[in-house]
Amino acid sequence: MPLTRRTALLGLTAAWSLGSVSMALADPVPGARIAPGARDPRFVVIILRGALDGLSAVVPYGDRDLAGWRQPLLPAAPGQPDGLLDLGGFYGLHPALAGFHGLYQAGELLPMHAVSAGYRSRSHFEAQDYLESGADHRLTSGWLNRVVGALPIRRDQPEGDALAVGLSMPLLLRGPAHVGAYAPEAAQGPSPDLYARVAALNAADRVTGPAIAQGLAARGFSSQALGAAASGPAGGPGAFPSLARAAGRLLAAPDGPRIAALEIGGWDTHAGQKRRLDGPLSQLDAGVLALRSGLGEAWGDSVVLVMTEFGRTVRMNGTGGTDHGTGTVAFLAGGAVRGGRVGGTWPGLAQARLLEDRDLDPTTDLRGVAKGVLRSHLGIRQATLDGIFPGSGAAGEIGGLLRV
Amino acid sequence: MLTSAVHASIRFGLGPRPSEALPSEPRDWLAAQLRGPDPARFPDSLPSTADGLLMLREQRHLKPPPGQSLVEPLFRADAQAQLDVLLTAEAPFRERLVWFWANHFTVSTRQGGTRPIAGAFVREAIRPHVTGRFTDMLLAVMRHPAMLLYLDNESSVGPDSPAGQTAHRGLNENLGRECLELHTVSPAAGYTQADVTAFATILTGWSIDRAAAEPGFLFRPRAHEPGDKVLMGRTFPEGEDGGILALDFLGTHPATYRHLAQKLAVHFVSDAPSPQDVATIARALQRSQGDLGIAAAAVIELPSAWHPGTKFRSPFDHVVATLRALDLPPGPGPAPGDPRPGGRFIPGMLAGLGQPVWGAPLPNGWPDRAVDWAGPEAMLQRVDWSYRISAHAEAEPARIAEASLGPLLRPQTAAGLAAAGDRRDALTLLFTSPEFQRR
Repeated sequence: MPLTRRTALLGLTAAWSLGSVSMALADPVPGARIAPGARDPRFVVIILRGALDGLSAVVPYGDRDLAGWRQPLLPAAPGQPDGLLDLGGFYGLHPALAGFHGLYQAGELLPMHAVSAGYRSRSHFEAQDYLESGADHRLTSGWLNRVVGALPIRRDQPEGDALAVGLSMPLLLRGPAHVGAYAPEAAQGPSPDLYARVAALNAADRVTGPAIAQGLAARGFSSQALGAAASGPAGGPGAFPSLARAAGRLLAAPDGPRIAALEIGGWDTHAGQKRRLDGPLSQLDAGVLALRSGLGEAWGDSVVLVMTEFGRTVRMNGTGGTDHGTGTVAFLAGGAVRGGRVGGTWPGLAQARLLEDRDLDPTTDLRGVAKGVLRSHLGIRQATLDGIFPGSGAAGEIGGLLRV
Repeated sequence: MLTSAVHASIRFGLGPRPSEALPSEPRDWLAAQLRGPDPARFPDSLPSTADGLLMLREQRHLKPPPGQSLVEPLFRADAQAQLDVLLTAEAPFRERLVWFWANHFTVSTRQGGTRPIAGAFVREAIRPHVTGRFTDMLLAVMRHPAMLLYLDNESSVGPDSPAGQTAHRGLNENLGRECLELHTVSPAAGYTQADVTAFATILTGWSIDRAAAEPGFLFRPRAHEPGDKVLMGRTFPEGEDGGILALDFLGTHPATYRHLAQKLAVHFVSDAPSPQDVATIARALQRSQGDLGIAAAAVIELPSAWHPGTKFRSPFDHVVATLRALDLPPGPGPAPGDPRPGGRFIPGMLAGLGQPVWGAPLPNGWPDRAVDWAGPEAMLQRVDWSYRISAHAEAEPARIAEASLGPLLRPQTAAGLAAAGDRRDALTLLFTSPEFQRR
């Protein structure tokens, strides 16, 4: 992965990808000299594509209705082997999120529970478009691009075309503000899970079925591995952390970008969820720690927003998984975050409280969370925020999320 | 949506584009394309054969360092232009015929210095004749410098010709043999080595004037073997006319019609077409004296050509169909401000999938059967490529699936798309599904 000092020095904004994880960087302030003592904030968005089950990542084990809906999906209680990592007596982090737990204890992690971006019809594709557009319909530009455009100092020269090869920019960062793309396209490949689904759809075909099965075997995917543990993001277990570390280093450089977006897949757990979530959650956990290590001192004035398009059903389905839902969890992490608590308003899991008798009822609009961060962290004004999230007037900016 | 409409686009054309309506009368739509004229347009800037030969001459004179080839840009421009035409073709059946006949008369860039003129060869010698007479195409091909270079006839010299007597050079059988075996009568006609030698001597002197201001075909009497020659029991006179007469004889031979009918049936019906279907096409060729438009019309009329899914998409078919399904516009990459990534160079995609443009390993061209393309690693490369190209999508996967397969979409594939976690995964599943890999 050609992440070089030179890239950073050129102030290039970039998107990298490795398997199903990728990142994009936006650089509004190349060459801008920060006065000694002045703030120099960083902002990173991590998109979890495929819909994270918020009730598995941050488990409201203190809710008396929880076990009735999904006992087989629940990790052991706090204090037990492989048990939940307690967050103060009501919520517990999934055991794969040990790094998140450390951040929480340091006051640098703020899970926001029962959030949603205002989208309600449970299609991944539309929901991801809306999540990235920042509106309740699809726009041609993403809200993070509008953030880049709203920041005070901007580059006039277009970024180097020579690096504009490969992967597409996430909608989140598309738009008029300069955000270049770079990706080693050849390094991208389907995840083991996607290979398994391709193989399954071809299995009965007398031509393609045996060929794909043999091809996968020759590449070292055993049918057992494809069938069983095929849940992790592509690119190997280290792909997302190494990408995140690289992003952190670029963001840390004095002339580097100040805004980045990364994405990681593997969340669409319709079956065998308990086992399949371990891989993606571990990668996310390691990725945020790697981002922190890459950022170094700059972590102190950083905010990372981890968001997904929607949550999953409260009830376990018939295949040990969950289906598309509504409310879920989002995370804010970073030295600038006023963490060590769980934010949001818990709606409860009593049957009468479920949205449409199936989903966690969202009580917090994700756009309100984002607005609160952008206002406090990047100093974006109220009127500008309304343009960044068109039609989000009802989702008021949430204060008190950050230390500043 | 009519199954026959989407099938017509898939089997005879290049695959549907969501932005284009499918024909309401599929057979009429196909037949109208055969009546012409050819609606395809190419940039005037594309090199002619003379341009390519001049550049080749310059290249050999200047000997530029590696990486600064003079001829490579010509090849790339022509390859990109001819593939771009496919993405929005008005007459996709006609385009498929162009690539079918170009493969029949393979000129490969793998040898003979054909790289700067391989594209011009298709535009000049193949394209104008795909609905015309086979003998016209045959003659245009055999006189084209690309074929004369590729199969070594440029330097073939009659042993008893003046040039042969003085220069001690001799016959090169390559073009004569391949023309008999691959382009016309095929070994089924029962010709002998003596016939091969005779035909090669008939073609001596068919050469290229590379030194001319406008380089091109040149008959060199001094290299031509003197005297009458006997080919498959027929006598042909000395001189350039002898070659023209021999090509007319071969191009209208019943064995040629059977050979062409077999190849058309394999391409448009199935990997193992019935003898009856082959005979039907051969009869159409025989009755029309080799009218390729009438032969193509006969293919449309075969009921068996309307059975979906009997043909496997080659990498070329798959790439073109996928780009069309995504409604990607022609061009080497995005315009400034276009958020899509660059590097959409279709020849590069085809090379990566094992079917480089005009790059077949041998004069018999690319194979046309599933078994030749569905190897394990080849299939995985196709999966990987599908995943990469699916990053470019913005439309709904279900809509793309409906537009590109219609009733041919299997329920399990539709379910797989609906269950996919993101658009890219969904499209990868679509493009690698068994039904999308068929045409």
